[in-house]
Amino acid sequence: MSQFTPIASGIGGMLIGLAASIILAVHGKVAGISGMFGGLFQREVHDRDFRLAFVGGLFAGGVGLLFLRPSSFPSASSGVPMAAVVVAGLLVGFGTRLGNGCTSGHGVCGLSRFSGRSLVATVTFMATGALTAFLTHKLGVVK
Amino acid sequence: MNKQRELGFAFVAGVVFAAGLGLSGMTLPTKVIAFLDVTGDWDPSLAFVMGGAIAVHLVVTRLIQKRGRPLLAEIFHLPKRSEIDGKLVAGAAIFGVGWGLGGYCPGPALVSAAAGRTEAIVFVVAMTIGMLVQHATASPSKPTRFEDEAIGKGSTP
Repeated sequence: MSQFTPIASGIGGMLIGLAASIILAVHGKVAGISGMFGGLFQREVHDRDFRLAFVGGLFAGGVGLLFLRPSSFPSASSGVPMAAVVVAGLLVGFGTRLGNGCTSGHGVCGLSRFSGRSLVATVTFMATGALTAFLTHKLGVVK
Repeated sequence: MNKQRELGFAFVAGVVFAAGLGLSGMTLPTKVIAFLDVTGDWDPSLAFVMGGAIAVHLVVTRLIQKRGRPLLAEIFHLPKRSEIDGKLVAGAAIFGVGWGLGGYCPGPALVSAAAGRTEAIVFVVAMTIGMLVQHATASPSKPTRFEDEAIGKGSTP
């Protein structure tokens, strides 16, 4: 049901690495999406326009993909019930802010800097992610 | 002028990041779940995403750190903390559960929401609420608590 796409995934990954490299080399910052986006909702943040420009680029990229490569998005529902999507969103929002990062901040940027914190975080979210995907499949929450 | 260039590069980085997420398959929740569920019909493609991203970023990180300073900023703003505490592990664990359940992590969710995917829009609204709840319950409330104590004691003017 899910196709093995090592080349497209590898090239896509390299683009993600390139984007993170622009942010580090030009701005000297970490391209963590949860931190970049979450900071927009904090009063004490001083680089709001920088964050808005980056998130604006993400949005523009999403619209661009829709027209140039529509297969980037599912053609049908993913089979995850809407209630589960809401719970998932709440957990991802709360968890990434509590743990100071997500797949990009810890998984890409942190590991590239040999951060011990990021290694622990990445192993942890991979493990609980795998366990959750296994359980929801077994219990029939997600088809 | 420098400010404009700074924002321009941030915007371009966002576009490139989104293109990478779309091309890699990270914006397909079914594929993400098929990657995480190693016991099912396992699709290992997404391991190549992290591999490709780290391969590029590792090299650039080395080069730019050797240079000593970023191109358009005075200093690096990198996390300095090194302690592994309960918050880090609990936060990552909670995030993983949400990722495995919905098939979206923050980047792909934002990109898919911009492309008008209903599920992703719902996810992003919920994610934002989750972030706001975390912010509201986080430690910056300490000064308030201190004030409360002072008032309670009635000894300080």
